[in-house]
Order: sequence, then C-alpha cells, then structure tokens
Amino acid sequence: MNSDLLHGVPADTITRREVSYDHEGETLEVSMGPHHPSTHGVFRMDVKLEGERIVRLKPVLGYLHRNHEKLGEKSTYLGSIPYTDRLDYFCSMTNNWAYCIAVEQLAAFEVPERAQYLRVILAELTRLQNHASAVGFLVQDMGASGTPLMYAFRQREKILDLFEALSGSRMMCNYMRFGGCRVDLPAGWLDQLKVLMNGFPAFLDEFEKLLVSNEILMARTQGIGEVSAKIAINAGITGPMLRAAGVNYDLRKVDGYGIYPRFDFKVPLGEHGDVYDRYMVRVLEMRESVKILNQAIAQLPEGPILDPKAKLRGFRPKAGESYGRIEAPKGELGFYLISDGSPNPYRYRIRPPSFVNLTVLEDMCLGANIADAVIILGSVDIVLGEVDR
Amino acid sequence: MSAFPTESLLDELKSQLPGVQVELLRNEAPSAQHSWLVASKDAIVVASWLLEEAGFDYCSNVTGVDWPDYLEVVYHLYSVEKRLGPVVLRMRTEDRGEKVHLPSLAPLWRSAEFQEREVFDLFGIIFDGHWDLRRILMWDEFVGHPMRRDYVEPDDYEYEPTAHDEIAEKARKHAASAGGAE
Repeated sequence: MNSDLLHGVPADTITRREVSYDHEGETLEVSMGPHHPSTHGVFRMDVKLEGERIVRLKPVLGYLHRNHEKLGEKSTYLGSIPYTDRLDYFCSMTNNWAYCIAVEQLAAFEVPERAQYLRVILAELTRLQNHASAVGFLVQDMGASGTPLMYAFRQREKILDLFEALSGSRMMCNYMRFGGCRVDLPAGWLDQLKVLMNGFPAFLDEFEKLLVSNEILMARTQGIGEVSAKIAINAGITGPMLRAAGVNYDLRKVDGYGIYPRFDFKVPLGEHGDVYDRYMVRVLEMRESVKILNQAIAQLPEGPILDPKAKLRGFRPKAGESYGRIEAPKGELGFYLISDGSPNPYRYRIRPPSFVNLTVLEDMCLGANIADAVIILGSVDIVLGEVDR
Repeated sequence: MSAFPTESLLDELKSQLPGVQVELLRNEAPSAQHSWLVASKDAIVVASWLLEEAGFDYCSNVTGVDWPDYLEVVYHLYSVEKRLGPVVLRMRTEDRGEKVHLPSLAPLWRSAEFQEREVFDLFGIIFDGHWDLRRILMWDEFVGHPMRRDYVEPDDYEYEPTAHDEIAEKARKHAASAGGAE
C-alpha cells in the first residue's frame, strides 16, 4: 500500500490543521431543530453548550405561524370552529369546547343536558389519547424507540375510531357547536365505548407495569427539569405541568365548567415538579378520566343536543367581550372574543397552553445535559400547531 | 359560572391607593367580565397591588387589540391561591403611530414574557421594562405588524383557476404589477 495515500487521497493535497485539545472555557452553540424529531414538529432551540452542559437556551418559534387569529377575525363565528381543530391537532374536541364556551358566554346559550354529557365524554376521551401518546412520546425521546409508543398508539387509535364514527374525522372532528353539538351518537357507538372502557384499566395496568418502576426511566427523569410551585404559578404554567409542581389547580374543579361538578374524581398532584412527576401526573390523570367516563356513560340522558335558540349561521352577538377557558389536556386553553355586533368577531384571541408553558424552558434546562433537554421538552408536551398558531 | 365581582375589589383598591387613575369599563355581554382601564403611568402600582395585596398571582392571558384611535393591551388575571378571577386589566397607547409605549408587566408576572413579545410582534406595542423584547412568531427581518387592521398583505398572489370578487381584484393588481404576465 502506498504510504503517500491517506484514504486513497494523495497526502499532500490534504491541508493539515493544528488541533487543540484544550477546550476549557470554550462554548459551542448548537441549533437543535427545526427538524429534530424530538421537537415534535418544527421548533428550534438555540443551545449554548459547555461540554455537554447547557449554559443558555433560547426557544425559536413561529415556523408554523399562519396568523390564525387574523383568520378568525375574517371568518364568521361558526366558520372558526373547523379552524380551532387545527390548533392542537391532537385534541380537536377540547379546542372546539373552549371556543364554544367563549361564544356561549357572549350570547347566553343554554347547552342541553345530553350535549353537556357528550362534551364531557369526548373531552375525557381526548385527554386519554393525548396523555397516552404524550407518555409514549416521552419514552421514545429517552431512546426506547417504537415499542412503548406503539402501545400508546394502539389504544389511541381505538379512541380515534370512535371519533371518526361520530364526527367523520379522526383528528379534525369539528364536532361541537355553540349551544350544543353537531350530531347525535350513531347506533352502537355507546356499546363500543363501553367495551373500550372495560378494557382500558387493563391497558393502564400494563403500561404502568412496563414503565412506572422502570429503573432506566427513573434514572433519566427524576430530578431533571425541576420547576418550583412559585415559579410555575408566576410563569403561567398550567395543566399537568403545574400540578406536577404540587399546585392544586384544575379548571374542572376551579371553574366547574360544563357539568364537571357532578362527577366524582380526584386531581393527582406531584411533589417535585420534575420530568418524572409530570409523567406520573399524566398516568394518574388517565385513571381519573376513566372514572369520569364511566360515570358519564351511566348517567347519559336522552334529549336534544342543540339549544333551539342557538342561531349558528348568520350569528351576530351583541357588542361585548368574553374570556372562556377550559382544562385542555395540555393546560388552560382560553379564547378571548370581542364582538362589535357584526357577524365576525372584532378580536379573536387564543390563549394556548403549550406556548405559555414554554416560558420556563430555559430555566428548566440550564445546567442539564443536552440529552436531558430533549426529555424536558418532551415532558412539557407541546404541539406546534398551537404554539405557533 | 358566575362572573367575578370586580367592582368591590376596585373600591378596595381606590381606598388603599387614592389618586390612581383606574376606570371601570362595563361589559354588557352575558359574561359580565368588566374590565379596569388603567392609566399607563399607574399601571405598575395597580398591578403590584393586585399581585401582592389582592393575591392575583396568575396572569393567564395577555393580548393586544387594535382600535381605530389607539392600541390596547388586555391582561386576564386570576388568583390560584384564592381561586378567584378574572380581573381584566386594560391599558391604552396614546395613538397608533409613534406613541405606542406601555409599561411591561412581565417583571411582575413571568407568563407575560412570551405573550408581550407576541403583542409587540403582531401589534407593534413597545413594552418598556421588558428584558427581551424581540419578535417571536414572525422572523426578525420582518417589517410591519400583521395583526393591525391597516396592515397590507404582501403581493404573493398564487394562481387560482376560479378567482372571483376580491381575489380576482387581487389577481388583476398582481398581473399589472408583474408586467401583465398572467
């Protein structure tokens, strides 16, 4: 072998550079994203590293920005409902509900009993499939490729089948209307739901057995990305992330919107506010959702599903404003509407939970390893359709 | 959900902090979420009172509104501890041109950090005292504030086979500016 050749290239054509192994005090700036798979969409983190430790992290958003709020101002009140599906595309049912609550406050519609129950059933199903996949994705981010996520997705798909049978679409349900719901349950739907609910605790048992006391999972998540209760409240963190920090604030209990006060359920709380607690709160919330669902199925009354006063097309509320909020699976989802009496809202604002929850991302990641930043972001549970709007 | 009675809280504020300029704006909608219009010079004092004395520790929503003569920023405040709310706080700019400065409330409620950045980005309200006031949703080089009502969309018309009404009008303008190539 010719010694003048280095990997088959003449040695003198390669410029040799001085190599320094003295990296003390030097920082490296890494752009994580926007196409990094762990960012769950198009999201970028501008990370400054010292070795593997993060010394600065700036989130860069807006890759999916389409000025949803301007679209809302240009469209009628009814016309905005399908657009709300596309905010948090995992949870279109709860997006619909939050928007409908804001409109109902603007016009004082009475939602019929049956529609109230249907809303609770669908919102809790949404929470189940969101939390199942959030936990699955989190484990995926830790490097357990595929299998745990597929356990979650197998169950999620059964719920999406129910959504499809009811609304015609798996994810873009466009189901709720101000003053009620769009269509009633198809034949056999409730029986299918009962079968699913009977099997769900077994799925949760299996899922928990696989993950909760898993040593690797505990080592990766405990004590990582901690947020104290005080900072969490001040920074407007909501949802499982807030409750993982030990703050008992669930809008289903606090506001008691819809008919939630009728149901018996608990609000799981964490203690440390780390990644493990966030993950555990989600697992426990799924158990509570199953409890709510079983009660709602048992109590579901017959009757109309839409307020006869509700005028969907050509709806013009009187001038005024309203802020309606619900406990969406990711946190507090609010809609702020200002009406000037015309068919379009004068101002249509969405308060997205995952956008505000990102406020403390840098605080959580400082001092952590770069591999931990991936799971810290995963534990926030963001959907970029909602962050960027 | 019954509306939170902000009137009595406002009386309490006025008795404890005489001289601050706060006005109650009534909301005639069934939601009855009345709001407080605060003069921008007193905003920090009123907001600190709400946070420290009245216990409104959670700022849920921050947003801008574009009115014909001024820009407005709206804060929705809640109390996690006492489970109360919302107190709706509003501030107005002097005009829509140069005088669009308002005090930032992000030093009091961290949740306003990203949301005020968004209001700056989309409405062009400048928050004095915000430590990191950059664009957040639009890119840094972007010119203009898209949520303002007088914002003119760029001429990025794409071909549409059955254009009508304002889209047809837009297409005609586009064709004229592109030298008649349609």
